Amino acid sequence: MNPTEWSWMPGFLTAEGFAGYADAAAGIVFLIMLATTLIGGIIACNSERLVRAVAGLALCFIGVAAIYYYLNSPFVAMMQMLIYIGAVCITIAFAIMLAAPEDSKKEGSAGALSGPLGLITAGLVTFGMIGLAVNTTFEVLPKENMGSIKLIGINLLTRYSMVFELVSIVLLIAIIGSLVIARQGRSK
Amino acid sequence: MSILNLHNSLNTYLILGAVLFGMGIYGLVTRRTLIGMLIASELVLAAASINFMAFNRFTAPDPTVGQVFTLFIMAIAAAEAAIGLSITIAVYRNYKSVDTEDIVDLNG
Repeated sequence: MNPTEWSWMPGFLTAEGFAGYADAAAGIVFLIMLATTLIGGIIACNSERLVRAVAGLALCFIGVAAIYYYLNSPFVAMMQMLIYIGAVCITIAFAIMLAAPEDSKKEGSAGALSGPLGLITAGLVTFGMIGLAVNTTFEVLPKENMGSIKLIGINLLTRYSMVFELVSIVLLIAIIGSLVIARQGRSK
Repeated sequence: MSILNLHNSLNTYLILGAVLFGMGIYGLVTRRTLIGMLIASELVLAAASINFMAFNRFTAPDPTVGQVFTLFIMAIAAAEAAIGLSITIAVYRNYKSVDTEDIVDLNG
């Protein structure tokens, strides 16, 4: 592999050039996913119709899953797609179809003052948290392992097995409880 | 720092989490229906998970802990969505509305 042999090729086809372009591509995809998350969030909390809000929420969760992938956690990214987009968004869509009558599927404003006041509240919270995050120096501890899927499985079944069982019981109680709550007054 | 290298910095993720949290708070304050408020609260939970995962990736010594915790947040969020939606449906049966302005029986 003499570099001069490949000099007629475009730069990104050589090994070193390709690594550089792959980094750049990773950065571009990250920016696209960041924009997807933010646009989805804006649609989810601002759209007039609830169905569009749910679609925006799904878009936002796709972006969040991609961000988990960039944080070295492909397993959590997959779970995000499965649980949030596959289960939570679909459940909310069903609730809109079952519970929202035609005229109330559109969101009116909650009052003249709620928009500006909500914006002020959210802005204060956001900028407070951003200021706190940027102005604090976090101590970086040396890594003990890479956090692979195998280690997650081992930890779930050894160190965190008690929490794992408790979460299963919480989910079971939530399913039974939601059935009981939604069952009342069904004959009406 | 180049804009293409943003995914390697902790602050990017913390700022994204703060912005998503703010959107969720804005939705909780301004939405008028119960379902709209539930959608906004999902945004708040997603913001909290992003913060956990960011610290897990950049500062924690054992990166499995944050991933396990985020999985538990997801399970609790699914339980919360199921309960919240069944309450919404029960409220709709009794009041024929999911508007927060109509559910004021406990208003003194």
